[in-house]
Amino acid sequence: MKNTLRRGLAAAAVVLASSSLLAACGDDDDGGSTGASGCNVGSDVKLQLQWLPQAQFAGYYAAVDQGFFEEEGLEVEIIPSGGDIVPQDALASGDVDYAIAWVPKVLGSIEQGAELTNIAQIFQRSGTLQVSWADSGIESVADFEGKKIGSWGFGNEWEIFAAMAAEDLDSTSVSIVTQDFNMNAFLQGDIDAAQAMTYNEYAQLLETRNPDTGKLYTPEDFNVISYEDTEGAMLQDAIWAQTECLDDEEFQERTVKFLKAVIKGWAYARDNAEEAAQITVDAGSSWGPSHELWMTNETNKLIWPAENGIGVIDEGAWKRTVDGALAAVNEQGQQLITQEPPATAYDNTWIEQAIEELGDEVDTTGESFQPIEVELAEGGN
Amino acid sequence: MTQTQTQAVLDPAPTDATAVAASVDVRVPRLPGVLGWARAVVLAVLGLVALVGVWEGYKALAPEDGVVIGEQRVLPRTTDLAMPHVWDMVQRLGEPTTSMAGADPLWRSVADAALVSLGIAGVSWFVGTTVGLLLAVAMARLRVLEWGLLPWIILSQTIPLIAFAPVVRSWGSRIEIGGWDWPPWLSVAVIASYLAFFPVAVGALRGLQAHSRIHADLFHVYAAGWWSTLRRVRIPSAVPYLLPALRLGAASAVVGTVVAEVSTGYLDGIGRMLVSLAGQASGDPAKAWAPIFGAVALGLVAGGIVTVIGVLLRPYRRGEAR
Repeated sequence: MKNTLRRGLAAAAVVLASSSLLAACGDDDDGGSTGASGCNVGSDVKLQLQWLPQAQFAGYYAAVDQGFFEEEGLEVEIIPSGGDIVPQDALASGDVDYAIAWVPKVLGSIEQGAELTNIAQIFQRSGTLQVSWADSGIESVADFEGKKIGSWGFGNEWEIFAAMAAEDLDSTSVSIVTQDFNMNAFLQGDIDAAQAMTYNEYAQLLETRNPDTGKLYTPEDFNVISYEDTEGAMLQDAIWAQTECLDDEEFQERTVKFLKAVIKGWAYARDNAEEAAQITVDAGSSWGPSHELWMTNETNKLIWPAENGIGVIDEGAWKRTVDGALAAVNEQGQQLITQEPPATAYDNTWIEQAIEELGDEVDTTGESFQPIEVELAEGGN
Repeated sequence: MTQTQTQAVLDPAPTDATAVAASVDVRVPRLPGVLGWARAVVLAVLGLVALVGVWEGYKALAPEDGVVIGEQRVLPRTTDLAMPHVWDMVQRLGEPTTSMAGADPLWRSVADAALVSLGIAGVSWFVGTTVGLLLAVAMARLRVLEWGLLPWIILSQTIPLIAFAPVVRSWGSRIEIGGWDWPPWLSVAVIASYLAFFPVAVGALRGLQAHSRIHADLFHVYAAGWWSTLRRVRIPSAVPYLLPALRLGAASAVVGTVVAEVSTGYLDGIGRMLVSLAGQASGDPAKAWAPIFGAVALGLVAGGIVTVIGVLLRPYRRGEAR
């Protein structure tokens, strides 16, 4: 009796051990191959987004849909994030090859030991706004004092504190209210000034019916502070890779190919906003066509025109982001970073090489870019 | 006692089983008749009507700004933004999800998403139940295992999902066996089954230890092995404990699935729909409620399936409080 039991336990242990072995050696089929550095240098590439599929990532989806990755011999899997998947963590632990994340959030991770490098600063401008009612008297960051300021938290709040620090306001001079996924708290008066992205939440306001007039709200109903115009502006969507992988020559070559396709994808989204919006809807965005097109258009405005070429990290904007990150102290008295990030935190080599290799094939600066006019429908539908 | 005699005792005719059971308690829940079903349906409808009545009544009577005591709002606002009319929400379900040409009606999108989640919850419930039962049997078999495992099982539930979800997805993304890739839904199912196994393991263990001493002693006297005692005494007497545990497990599987979908960014289920339509609640307040109804329906269906299992196990539910 005891013997059979012991034998059974032993057998179970053997099965467990061998199955974990199986799992461990089960990689390396045709697409994935491991380079000298231990990084994936094959043609199967995983790209981690920072949120669900939506036109904020139109260029990547367009590059898949239009076959730009394929032209470079790559098969790219775009992985959306919900709430708990942090792109830079997924990247640092080697689950994905590249990740899209805001610069300040990754600076925080780098200070905590992650070795990551910004290889392409896709968004050249900050898209964060602080929106208040037109009659609220909140017209600049200095007017925040004593007000209820909305923020999503989770690392999206640092521009607020950096801008306040530049006005000599500390976080105790306002009350920070955590915002939901929608603008209801602002519309109902729980927040005096709500955080909003130009491409998403601001549009949500303009899609909402004003109960007093029965018509949709218009831009005249709101005061809009754009962080891009303040000292607090920080760089947002950028493509990140593991620093050590970038030492691997094969990884470098693959990275340049990847970036070339990404550039083509964003150029496509710029020149074909409506098609690009449709591509993200097909990829699973749940927004209606008017909101999706608005988002494509506003995202384009954050990217184009790109003076030095799309994705090239501007030293001044980088410095401003780092200075803001050093100055910002949140409502719990915490600091995002306490020292300058290492020199490896960004590297223009690969994006510049990609732009150069593309040459005249694609317009990589978008000098003549003109945004389109988008009419929002109620509820974004 | 000869082999055949033992066999005869261990395989008693149904009448003997009832006779043994009679010494304890013979209340076996009966299936409701036609009248019983009708009553259940009427009560369910009445409950729904009452809920609608409370919602609309509160909306009509309470102040627009809700009830605020000091700084704290103790009752919600009644604006259309916070509490859309029931008829608006129902009407919205029938309208197209978006204005995209060929868009499904909203109820259809919600139903599709809820079915995907139901499938994942089903898998996770099955896995969780299997693991829970195996653990319970192992712990019932060996005291040492109970002492060793039970604290860990309880401890396992204190790990927050926010820490657990990325780890599961990270492991999953590395698993690739002979061309077979770990699909994203499996991460969701693993997380949900991690929540679902707990009530089953604890409930089943309690059930397996709940048989009356007399029966176990009788089997001992008959020199019955541990397995036949398990099969004929312990498991049957565990059923009244098992059913509530399965129901809790089903609830955990559903909640776990919805939450894990959100936290891992799984696209096709009701969890993601809850989040993305909540993001559209300012401009289209009624729309945000549709996936909530979907999630409620999902919970009801899951509960209903366990009830059916309970009906099938009816003969073993003697002594269960009704």
